[in-house]
Amino acid sequence: MKNKFVKAIFTIALGSALLTSCKPKNSSDAVSGDAAQKAYVAPGKYDEFYNFVSGGFSGQLSVYGLPSGRLFRVIPVFSVDPEKGWGYSEETKPMLNTSNGFVPWDDLHHTELSQTNGEVDGRWVFGNANNTPRIARIDLKTFKTAEIIELPNSGGNHSSPFITENTEYVVAGTRFSVPADYDNGDVAINTYKENFKGHISFVKVGKEGEMDLAFQIVTPGVNFDLSHAGKGKSHGWFFFSCYNTEQANTLLEVNASQRDKDFIMAVNWKKAEEYIKAGKGKKQAVKYAHNKWNEKTHTATSEIKNEVLVLDAAALKDICYMIPCPKSPHGCDVDPTGEYIVGSGKLAALIPVFSFDKLMGAIKDKKFEGEYGGIPVVKYEAALHGEVQKPGLGPLHTEFDGRGNAYTTFFVSSEVVKWDIKSLKVLDRVPTYYSVGHLCIPGGDSKKPFGKYLIAYNKITKDRYLPTGPELAQSAQIFDISGDKMQLILDFPTIGEPHYAQAAPADLIRNNGQLKFYKIADNNHPFVTKGEKEAKVTRQGNQVHVYMTSIRSHFAPDNIEGIKLGDEVYFHVTNLEQDWDVPHGFAIKGADNGELLIMPGETTTLKWVPKKVGMYPMYCTDFCSALHQEMQGYVRVSPAGSSVPLTWSVGTNLPKATK
Amino acid sequence: MKKLLLTVLALSLMTACGKKEKEAEEYNPAADPTATETTAKDPSSYDPKRGEGKFTTVELGATLDQAMASKGEEVAAVKCTSCHKMTDEKLVGPGWKGVTERRRPEWIMNFITNPDPMIDKDPEVQAQLEICLVRMPNQGLSDDDARHILEYMRKNDGVK
Repeated sequence: MKNKFVKAIFTIALGSALLTSCKPKNSSDAVSGDAAQKAYVAPGKYDEFYNFVSGGFSGQLSVYGLPSGRLFRVIPVFSVDPEKGWGYSEETKPMLNTSNGFVPWDDLHHTELSQTNGEVDGRWVFGNANNTPRIARIDLKTFKTAEIIELPNSGGNHSSPFITENTEYVVAGTRFSVPADYDNGDVAINTYKENFKGHISFVKVGKEGEMDLAFQIVTPGVNFDLSHAGKGKSHGWFFFSCYNTEQANTLLEVNASQRDKDFIMAVNWKKAEEYIKAGKGKKQAVKYAHNKWNEKTHTATSEIKNEVLVLDAAALKDICYMIPCPKSPHGCDVDPTGEYIVGSGKLAALIPVFSFDKLMGAIKDKKFEGEYGGIPVVKYEAALHGEVQKPGLGPLHTEFDGRGNAYTTFFVSSEVVKWDIKSLKVLDRVPTYYSVGHLCIPGGDSKKPFGKYLIAYNKITKDRYLPTGPELAQSAQIFDISGDKMQLILDFPTIGEPHYAQAAPADLIRNNGQLKFYKIADNNHPFVTKGEKEAKVTRQGNQVHVYMTSIRSHFAPDNIEGIKLGDEVYFHVTNLEQDWDVPHGFAIKGADNGELLIMPGETTTLKWVPKKVGMYPMYCTDFCSALHQEMQGYVRVSPAGSSVPLTWSVGTNLPKATK
Repeated sequence: MKKLLLTVLALSLMTACGKKEKEAEEYNPAADPTATETTAKDPSSYDPKRGEGKFTTVELGATLDQAMASKGEEVAAVKCTSCHKMTDEKLVGPGWKGVTERRRPEWIMNFITNPDPMIDKDPEVQAQLEICLVRMPNQGLSDDDARHILEYMRKNDGVK
């Protein structure tokens, strides 16, 4: 009797203990007890992964550590950054040149790490400019934007910068179809169907990363949304999702949501290469900028190019095929084997999964249901592997863990759903806070995912952080996906809109030959000052060039007289340090642009046009040593026509004797 | 009896999440970055005559090698003389006059190629740091650069 009683109490006690100690109740305690341990990286320890997060409307790219969510660096890409002098120093201005002139801002949506044999290789990360269509390549030895190429015939470069499995190409697809740059653009907007065209771009990537717009494919006017390359068996193909196959030009919210199915366009780019060899491409007159950073001269150059090779998808029948895909497909993701193509109809309540083998069979057997703008449309069922039924509301994007599972984000129902690619069964779901867009699993769009963490990038945070007025932080959330169930372990706020991100193992990048400083002997900047002996000031008319050096903790020269109103002064500052982590800064009063941050061994130029007579202090802005606050100097500005001679010095302009 | 129940309750509370905690340790193998780089820092092993670095003995010629000294002067103009004068006057760091008489050649070559550990360990360098307050930067000198600079210092000290 007593024993039975004890057993009953024991059972209740154990049951309630289990329930109360671990079960999540609501959003604030959806985190179980060991989450902090999983995300904790002790002081002085390194993270396991680098996370390259697009800055969305900030135009930049941020670098975080995983699983700690610590921010390491914001790399300026498409937007000016006065902190780093990006777009302000004379050397960086050409990087932001376009066929529309200097463009100081853009909207960076997607990042893509370079790959070799379908695996992340740690060489470069690419980013797309959504507004003034461009692709950037960021060098992961220097964490600096090395190259930017503009895309003609495009409006809104969204389905970009996705790559083929050996980084043969980085692609772009126009979000807005527009009249081609080589056609007349001065047409009525409601002639969309007749005059507006889509162009998708294939940009060749060279061995050293240099980009070259190899060709474009012209398609009917639609909105291209996202894309991913085939891999393994489907290498040689590229898949682009598109919506607005209704070809609406106004109130797209309603008018581009009419059709039951839009398309995923499958592009046989190896076939396109064959057609080019056979001379089937047509050269068209366009204008686009190609900007390159030179590590030896520490200077960017911008070249305007005038021609692009265009292939016509309707005329060359076997390059492009349309696969019907329900309701405005957004994400277009290919699994690690290259067999399954996941389309996410953002207005659909199911996820269609296509089979590459079935698609090839359908094309071979001509299982077409018709044409769209001259492009064959494959029968839906003929290419379909199956549908994930009732997975959630508003499927957007899918990544993979390499263990046969797919993870799809649901914007409307704010959740991530894990499902089995082959059986299409839903295995697990977790809420996100709130309205998740993209997700990232390290290597999650490659042949070799590192399926340990999943990061959800959320559009809305509402009540998740301390309030900061009307504009709130956007955020990422890290889940541990190493077990059967996904487990939330950390929230972290991000810069701009964290639109999409990719991640790579830390060792792959930190052991890639990281540059620690620029060798001063290799500095070929036209205005380099190799040692204080060469420090000087020269005048050519009203242009004054200051050849200046910085070292802990003084400038040479630090006293300059003889500058006159009307002069344009160029401070060419060479950082003579030859050690890691010793940048110097440079700022001068009244400069109407940014500061300079000069890396060890680098030369950087600030243009300064003084507007008033007087004394102008200059100083080092990057705390460099115990005598950093002493790292300063003066520039004397005299009236136009003054007879004050041009002089410069360091350490010799001693106080005038007083009487 | 009550005691037994409490113990059971406490045990069940402890074990309910215990397994996960153990797993968490396995999930956190963030590579220890310092493990490979940290070598035994035994200050007693520091040799203040030789310094610390790759140079143990440096053979000096009886007379000056003019070509080496000229190369040394060129390198010094880019990497050293922003902070060091040729006289005994301090600029950012101490003047070079007499340095080859105060220091052994291997100490000089070790210090200019490997300053950070020596600043941390050498009592005289630490005393110097209290005066200058700027740690001498590592200027990325090659072995040859260092040897050439040493020869230039000898020239500055009157070796013919």
